[in-house]
Amino acid sequence: MSEEHRETGTGWPEPVEPARPSGPAGEPDPRPDAPDPDELSPLTPAEREADAPPAEESAGEEPSGSAAPVSRRLTSAGAMIAVLLALLGFTLVVQLKTTSTDSSLAATREEDLVRISSDLDSRERRLRQDIAALEDSQRQLRSGEQGRQAALDEATRRADELGILAGTLPAVGPGLSVRFVGGGKAIAATRILDAVQELRGAGAEAMQIAGSDGAAVRVIASTYFVDAQGGGLMVDGRRLTGPYTILVIGDSATMRTALNIPGGVVASVADDGGNVIVEDREAVEVSQLHAPIKLEHARPVS
Amino acid sequence: MIAVLALLVGVVLGVYLDPTVPAALQPYLPIAVVAALDAVFGGFRAKMDKIFDDKQFVVSFISNVLVAALIVYLGDQLGAGGQLSTAVVVVLGVRIFGNVAAIRRHLFRA
Repeated sequence: MSEEHRETGTGWPEPVEPARPSGPAGEPDPRPDAPDPDELSPLTPAEREADAPPAEESAGEEPSGSAAPVSRRLTSAGAMIAVLLALLGFTLVVQLKTTSTDSSLAATREEDLVRISSDLDSRERRLRQDIAALEDSQRQLRSGEQGRQAALDEATRRADELGILAGTLPAVGPGLSVRFVGGGKAIAATRILDAVQELRGAGAEAMQIAGSDGAAVRVIASTYFVDAQGGGLMVDGRRLTGPYTILVIGDSATMRTALNIPGGVVASVADDGGNVIVEDREAVEVSQLHAPIKLEHARPVS
Repeated sequence: MIAVLALLVGVVLGVYLDPTVPAALQPYLPIAVVAALDAVFGGFRAKMDKIFDDKQFVVSFISNVLVAALIVYLGDQLGAGGQLSTAVVVVLGVRIFGNVAAIRRHLFRA
């Protein structure tokens, strides 16, 4: 470019060349007046950097000229600067200490405190709701547990009752001891069966029948009584020999009355020449067990 | 040199006297400190640029601090104190970054 100018242009190139370098170098001149040092935008430094060498050139002049004024100004503006900077250091340290020593709340402003307070309030509300929900579920669980316990107790009670009725559990309670002693004739199976039916009708809850040798059979719903060949009694497949003793748990007064009605068990046995001895007992032990019955066909409904 | 000494004296005084900040000044002090820091960095940068002026520095320092505190005070009165002090801190922070960048270029040429 410049070469072309020199060749073609007649008088122009010569003045133009010197003017150019003076352009960038000339810039620093306006600058010292222009700026508040703070108001330099962050973007300017890029330009400034490019201009750095010229600035240094102009700065080279300054130290020699301003060395004396600096020491002079210390009295007025320099002192002010020193005071201001001391103040800055002072407040900086004080502020740092305040923020580090103060607990967070003392230094916060009012609106922040209000916000923190409302935050805490809402948090408390949430926690209260949580507590209520948890207490509710605790109550539900506890009542569920109580219900379960009650059902378990009920089931146990029923199992005990049914076990006694079915002869699979030993039982104890007030009742009678009924002893059949044969006279001239042996006691017939029908007499024993009558007696058992009579006792059942009078509310007997558990019974067992024992022979003379102490062998005993629990009397349940399916128990049968047959006269054995050659004397004695077949009860549920076991052979018993007289005299027989029936131990029965139930209301003793009712059962005694039932046995003693005219034409009843006691009267019939007496007609045959035998004897029936009925004794009240405070605690009758029906300890003989019947093997559990396995149901093959019947199923519970429901 | 004197400036650095004065700063150190102030720090030492602050450490030894250990004063408590009055409650009325508490919201403004941090902002004022940041504004003063901005002025100090600006002055340092001006020094680097060889265009430092004592009077200008003093005036800009004081006015920076006062304007920053005034803005926060105004914000507190208007009910936007928190937001306005954030705004002031952001602006001053940007300026400090710019000044520090300029100083860095002078010191390290990078």
